[in-house]
Amino acid sequence: MAIPILFVLSVFLGIFAYTTLVERKALGRIQNRFGPNRVGRWGILQPIADGLKLLIKEDIVPRRADQFVHFLAPVIAVIPSILLFSVVPVGTRLVPVDLNIGILFAFAVSTVSVLALFMGGWASRNKFSLLGAMRAVAQVVSYEVPMVLAAVAVVMAVGSLSTLRIARAQSGGILNVTNWFVFRPWGFVGFVLFTIGAMAESARTPFDIPEAESEIIAGYHTEYSGFKFALFQMGEYLASIAMAGITVTMFLGGYNGPGSGPGWVGGLISMFWFFIKLAFMIVLNIWIRGTWPRVRVDQLLGFAWKVLLPMSIANIVAVGMWHYLTFRPLAWVATTLWLVLWFVTLSKLAATENVAPRTYRYAS
Amino acid sequence: MGFIGKGLLDGMVVTARNFVGSYFDKERLVTVQYPEERVQTPENSRTFPFLVYDDNKNPVDTMRCVACKICETECPPQCIYIVMDRDEKGKPRQRPKVFDIDTSVCMQCQICVEVCPFDAIKMDNDYEKSRYGRFDELVEHLPDLLKSNEYYGRIKPTEATVVDAKLKAEKEKKAKKAAPAGAKPPTGSKS
Ligand code: SF4
Ligand code: SF4
Repeated sequence: MAIPILFVLSVFLGIFAYTTLVERKALGRIQNRFGPNRVGRWGILQPIADGLKLLIKEDIVPRRADQFVHFLAPVIAVIPSILLFSVVPVGTRLVPVDLNIGILFAFAVSTVSVLALFMGGWASRNKFSLLGAMRAVAQVVSYEVPMVLAAVAVVMAVGSLSTLRIARAQSGGILNVTNWFVFRPWGFVGFVLFTIGAMAESARTPFDIPEAESEIIAGYHTEYSGFKFALFQMGEYLASIAMAGITVTMFLGGYNGPGSGPGWVGGLISMFWFFIKLAFMIVLNIWIRGTWPRVRVDQLLGFAWKVLLPMSIANIVAVGMWHYLTFRPLAWVATTLWLVLWFVTLSKLAATENVAPRTYRYAS
Repeated sequence: MGFIGKGLLDGMVVTARNFVGSYFDKERLVTVQYPEERVQTPENSRTFPFLVYDDNKNPVDTMRCVACKICETECPPQCIYIVMDRDEKGKPRQRPKVFDIDTSVCMQCQICVEVCPFDAIKMDNDYEKSRYGRFDELVEHLPDLLKSNEYYGRIKPTEATVVDAKLKAEKEKKAKKAAPAGAKPPTGSKS
């Protein structure tokens, strides 16, 4: 057990470091810039330079901040993100911990990070930090609900909370591909819902309300500098990578792919597929970050409660239909129709929502 | 046919096009990789003033400035400081001993250039003036300020041609005036 854990820790920390580089590069290219290209060829050593810089930077703590909580918050921000990796099956032969309540564990742990954000925001004794922390709590609490319900669909279909069994349930089929849950109507909807939820949970653009630079400086980590700031960033990135891993496990077939199997060779191939899919999810995240503008707070919460929540509940019903309609073509047609119906209805409802024209009190 | 999220997907197509395009289409990448590449600054761009001298072999003696202090008086933020050079007897040598321009104060207005009657001070276009300190390092002294007339001609060809022609005409007029008076022909003390 120690070896998988060491492996996962080192590999995912490496992935984290290079995600920051890939992200900066990709965002640069999206904006027709070069991105980092000074430290090493293609900026390949940039993460190391960044780490060093953050390590030797001055660590400033506001005098009137709550010193202890201020110190504790970044630590608490990182720990749950790392714990999340413990239930992600990386390959058929490489599962750090096979918990029989893996999914539940993942959700329970990932919610702890919001506590860290709130502690950080509260202890800083800074209005912007506090605002950011409040926003973070509102956002994570709202998005947790549709996200968990989207996961419930998968749990219902598999009949287990264990991530390993969920991954196993998606093997087989043509080339180990056709059984991925994303190729089921309910699985596809669940995938979209879960990805949106995961993005909101790790506070990434377009859901970066808690740290909206143009509105509240940096939100809860306004008063953090040096390595504590780095820890917050690290927690956030690790959480989004781990969430990507869980998304891959639940919807994109986990480690399954052409050639994956229980043997040594199959195990290596399965790891390859897992990391390919993980990279796909990370790139998707970056791409979305480079494209979409930040939503407003009311839009954010409205979207969670009025669109995502009904959709995820409809999705659970769809899984029920899928389970009881054993004649597959009929199940396909029925669930697809049901979900499309809901999607269209919710689109219409969201589009016809009356927003009163804004009145400006001070600007004419 | 619109549906929820169509605009978002359209946006993603645009950014994907940017991303891929930036690797193939050189027109897209407008960044200038500064220390290795530089943009050609326009001829009339200006940064800080410098003092012109004529003879490369003897900059101090052939500088055009006569320390008349007009620029010092006119400079709006008062960032020029001039001390006249005097010989042992206290007779002015018609050139500055100290000529300082505080580049942290200079606002690059070019007024000193406009008022100088001797075309002795001109605007430079060297923008790489960063220094490690905030105080003394930013003050330029006489040796830093002295630059040759060729340099001036190189950075601002059009302007320099006009100035050169004007100075030449003035010199010839002076020579003509001096010649009938029977003085010896002008063999450039200040050429
Ligand atoms: S630069 Fe021109 S105006 Fe200034 S002191 Fe010298 S000659 Fe006079
Ligand atoms: S450019 Fe303007 S501010 Fe600068 S030294 Fe000349 S007169 Fe003074």
